[in-house]
Amino acid sequence: MEIASGLLHGFAVALQPYNVLWCFIGCLLGTIVGIMPGLGPAATIALLLPLTFKMDPAGGIIMLAGIYYGAKYGGSTTSILLNIPGESSSVVTCLDGYQMARKGRAGAALGIAAIASFVAGTVGVIGLTLIAPPVAVFALSFSSPEYFALMCLGLALVVLLSGTSLTKGLLSLLFGLWVASIGTDLFTAQARFIFGQAPLLGGVDFMVVAIGVFAIGEVLSSIEAGDDAEVLPVPRGIRNLLPNMEELKACRFAFLNGSITGFLIGCLPGGGATISSFIAYGIEKAASKHPEKFGTGVPEGVAAPEGANNADTGGALVPLLTLGIPSGGSTAIMLSALVLWGVKPGPLMMQDSPDVFWGLVASMYIGNVVLLILNLPLVPLFAQILRLPVFILFPVIFGISIVGAYGASGRIFDLGLLVGFGLLGYAMGKLKYPTAPLILGFVLGNSMERALRQSLMMSQNDLMVLVQRPISACMLGIAVLILLIPLFGSFNKARVRAITENG
Amino acid sequence: MAKILRDGDVWSGAALAALGIYILVQASAWDYFSLDGPGPGFFPFWYGAAMTTLALVLIISKVRKSNAGQEPQQGIQPETQTGTPQDKPPLLDWTTTGRALGTWAAFALAVVLMAPLGFVLSFALLTFFIVAWVFRRPLLTAGITAVVTALAFHLAFPVALGVDLPTGFFGF
Repeated sequence: MEIASGLLHGFAVALQPYNVLWCFIGCLLGTIVGIMPGLGPAATIALLLPLTFKMDPAGGIIMLAGIYYGAKYGGSTTSILLNIPGESSSVVTCLDGYQMARKGRAGAALGIAAIASFVAGTVGVIGLTLIAPPVAVFALSFSSPEYFALMCLGLALVVLLSGTSLTKGLLSLLFGLWVASIGTDLFTAQARFIFGQAPLLGGVDFMVVAIGVFAIGEVLSSIEAGDDAEVLPVPRGIRNLLPNMEELKACRFAFLNGSITGFLIGCLPGGGATISSFIAYGIEKAASKHPEKFGTGVPEGVAAPEGANNADTGGALVPLLTLGIPSGGSTAIMLSALVLWGVKPGPLMMQDSPDVFWGLVASMYIGNVVLLILNLPLVPLFAQILRLPVFILFPVIFGISIVGAYGASGRIFDLGLLVGFGLLGYAMGKLKYPTAPLILGFVLGNSMERALRQSLMMSQNDLMVLVQRPISACMLGIAVLILLIPLFGSFNKARVRAITENG
Repeated sequence: MAKILRDGDVWSGAALAALGIYILVQASAWDYFSLDGPGPGFFPFWYGAAMTTLALVLIISKVRKSNAGQEPQQGIQPETQTGTPQDKPPLLDWTTTGRALGTWAAFALAVVLMAPLGFVLSFALLTFFIVAWVFRRPLLTAGITAVVTALAFHLAFPVALGVDLPTGFFGF
């Protein structure tokens, strides 16, 4: 009953004209960003975040979420027409989507991708609607030790799933914790790691780190890669974008598989849309009567991963909104955005900020419809974006990065930091260090330190407090087990296979 | 040995180990525990120690693999058994890497010039460089792109949206 009334309240918020507009703008921008290889949703959310500072929190988060899930719709277009994934979560769509396009079924492939995204995206939001309230109620019993343990568990999962090298994932995370420590100590006002620079007393601005590591790093990597490919033609007219009955029938199980797999994997911190899309594809292939045809252009090979990467969105918002634990780079930026607006994600968010929580959930139902409408008839138009010269696109991204970093503080000093973090993001990509643990370490660093120190204050500096409480002990135990997985050959092989198949 | 010294993981491991030691040294100068509970040095001490240890693990695993006459791989021992080609940093191609680093250097220079020249001029110079040097477009195309992009940003942000951007001697 509470869920129903909350959702009704959410629709009242989300259907306000301004919020519908922000939802539309977010979905549109997300689709465009998803189509363009080289610019991901995390970078776009980071770039646009400063522009939302003056917005109402509900409108702001509705727009940022629209970019987040809209990019997953758009990513399939590039995979199908170019054989280059617009997003990492659309990598697997290339396998069958591009083959369908080469057989003259580009329209059907794009249509299946849009329908699967809509069905699974909606299932994901239904999952979020039903699961978030009980999770939040459960989390109300958490105190500092449980929060510290939860953050350890979340970060351990992110490290485990973000790259093949656990060592590099952990180092990336520790670097993020260090950057978060720069500035004034939370409890004693001791200046830490400021290198004699007064502007660092307030800490490193989140925007600078996010834009530098994601946007500048991605642009430099794209400039280095210099990808160039030919766009396959898209048939015009909605009829040509609709799959036939035979294709839809073949996708029945794929829609369901993508929805459930995507949502469940999405709930895990670090799971991410890329992994869920590969797992859904694997399940689809394993359950198929003709697995040998996968990779030659079968419609269910498009429907399963595209469904999974969209259902993942609803799952990823469960830990973010109810526990304050982001599951990846994009959700980490959304967490920072919420904090900047004065909204505290966690078990009390539903009570303290019902407009933001339920408004966001309801807007995602609307957003999925908007995206279906945008992606079916307008795909030929969006495909034209792929013809935009990159020599114009990249300077524009640099310009927006400067505006975003400078706009947050008004200090050229921050632009200097942006230059440094841009190089760091590029170097991390080059040396195969995952960036998600760095961003999550940075976002959660202060909260983690606060929770740990408060726990020790509660127990007169006795570390046993972390393992004497059952929930905290369980979560820390699982976190330790997760980090020990590489010591078990068969588990680690499965982990590495799941991650490397993404490439 | 020469191969090890060319390995990006060894260099990055060394840099992170140095950072870890710096964190440990700094943290030791601050209170570890105080009467009120853990001090400002408590948390940095632990992640500094972990960073140093893991960075050394990364370096040692590389050196051991290299000494054993195998292809250097990354990660701690159990991981390297399942290491894959995707796991290895690719060899440097200085043409493409130079393009990326050149762009970064131009961006850094543009930021340095931001205080004296302001956003519009330094951004126009950056755009000109990217279009003309990185993408090898004709100078006229680069010039037009630079002017139009910089003006568009000026009109969109400071003029239309009221967003402050760095201004130089010329007031824009």
